[in-house]
Amino acid sequence: MTRGQRRLSAMTAATFLIALTAACGGGGADTSRTEETGGGAAAQLSGQINSDGSSTVGPLTTAAYELFAEQQPRVQVAVGTSGTGGGFEKFCNGETDIQNASRPIKDEEKAACQSKGITYTELTVATDALTVVVNKENTWAKCLTVEQLKKIWEPAAEGKVKSWKDVDPKFPDEPLTLAGPGTDSGTFDYFTDEINGEEGASRKDYSASENDNDIVAAVAGAKGGLGYFGFTYFEENQDKLAAVEIDAGNGCVAPSVQTAQDGTYTPLSRPLFIYVKNESMKRPEVKAFVEFYATNINRIATDAKYIPLNSEQEAKLKSAVESLSAS
Amino acid sequence: MTVLTTPKTAVRLAAKGRPLREHLFRLALVASLVIALGFLALVLYSMISKGMGRFDARLWENMPSIRRPEAAGAQSAITGTMWLIGLTAVMALPTGILAAIYLEEYADRTRWYNRVIELNIQNLAAIPSIIYGILALGIIARVLGLGFGVLTGAIALSLLVLPIVIISAREAIRAVPPSIREGSLALGATQWQTIYRQVLPAAIPGIATGSILALSRAIGEAAPLIVLGAATFVPFNPESLFDRFSALPVQIYFWITQSREEFHLLAAAAIVILLALLLLMNSAAILLRNRYQKRY
Repeated sequence: MTRGQRRLSAMTAATFLIALTAACGGGGADTSRTEETGGGAAAQLSGQINSDGSSTVGPLTTAAYELFAEQQPRVQVAVGTSGTGGGFEKFCNGETDIQNASRPIKDEEKAACQSKGITYTELTVATDALTVVVNKENTWAKCLTVEQLKKIWEPAAEGKVKSWKDVDPKFPDEPLTLAGPGTDSGTFDYFTDEINGEEGASRKDYSASENDNDIVAAVAGAKGGLGYFGFTYFEENQDKLAAVEIDAGNGCVAPSVQTAQDGTYTPLSRPLFIYVKNESMKRPEVKAFVEFYATNINRIATDAKYIPLNSEQEAKLKSAVESLSAS
Repeated sequence: MTVLTTPKTAVRLAAKGRPLREHLFRLALVASLVIALGFLALVLYSMISKGMGRFDARLWENMPSIRRPEAAGAQSAITGTMWLIGLTAVMALPTGILAAIYLEEYADRTRWYNRVIELNIQNLAAIPSIIYGILALGIIARVLGLGFGVLTGAIALSLLVLPIVIISAREAIRAVPPSIREGSLALGATQWQTIYRQVLPAAIPGIATGSILALSRAIGEAAPLIVLGAATFVPFNPESLFDRFSALPVQIYFWITQSREEFHLLAAAAIVILLALLLLMNSAAILLRNRYQKRY
């Protein structure tokens, strides 16, 4: 062999070696993973469960799995977060077993599921309080009415409502700096529906981000800042931001675990859902996981820092899962 | 650069014409370099200082966790990324290099179809990565029914880097002087013998450098993988081509969007790992180039 040839072969061999080592990086192949060790209630189940959907609900399903794995370590749940809409597309194509959703299924999604023969069960698993936040130095907007919020966020406000004075003449002439979630988010859908009266209708001249931490930073950085997101993000950033009380006609109500659970925080408290494919419930590992999810729902929700269901909702969830398991 | 601060000298230099312009040009060049390197240093510094506290064995030994951020790790994301890059290398490199050999050595450039192919490869290199994700979702995952496993992700990344591999391999092959080919052919070697024994060995350093840089691009991609449903929470390593997977950029993105500060530190630590991997690959490329470079 010539020098060049040797070099070429060596390089080719090296390339493949690198590729191969990387490909085998997964470690010892445990092929027994899909085996069934069935029988009996306490039996060790195994298998993979696929879940996708909302990034708001995903961590809850993840937390449920982590607790479940303490009992059933061989069942594996993969949780994707391609958004409520993206998740429903996969769910109605029969590609996932559990869909995480921060809003109820839409009509066109129902039709998509129907055309593929996918039947499903909707389960309410937690509550969220969409929280409107302002800067800590904001002394005037302790409480806003739904009309005032609409005045700030409606499409007609674009380019017109630029100062707090434009919202209410009693407010100071402080520039209004708006931040909120992007249009792909279920949070955006819910907020625009409840406040502006039409899903997706919003002014566009605000800084939009899929990352709620950006909204935190934007509002914390401007005296006249205002933004909205899920309650968890407010809880984690209480030292940087202030939550606005919401007046929907029955006085000012602050977002909290209490007010979201008893339903007084309207209209911005919302249910969070999972959708379970009925067909998948025939698989013992999916059935066991969903039953575990429902039975321990409040422990899971508290653990993952969500607002737990009230006792009425909890009972409803448990009976829904029971009848689903029985069928 | 003091000449620029004293107007007297500036005027004197301007009178001569060239030196001032030359100085300004040089200043612009240095400034561009400082901006580029400065930002790199800034990114490195902020990530390392933020992530160092969390940069320990937990990161590669543990699986991700939502409930216990202090114990969470990125093992499944690291192995997922290794699988992706390994498979991408196996699929994209041979195909890309062979395509480059065809285009450089065999294709008749006067034929319209070869020119169309060439033009389209240039165009493909400029397509946003998310488009490849959508393509892979629609065709590979659904129509071909390969599902949402690590193989589908690797195919999407292979398609994404293929044009880059082809373009860089072509440039490396083109850089081999024609006299080498002519000499080999004159001695009676066939075209294939010439390519295999003379052209390729001479072009290998360039091809290897281009290939590694192309793979470095693939390693940092998150968008096409997210479209493909690369899960943000996977508590297991992929063990077959069809297993669900996660990848470092996807995992980092997910952690950054979480509300708890612990996850942001974790994301910074994972970014350090990703940067280290990238740096390792790029220095391998430089090393290969320097070691095997031949000058004619």
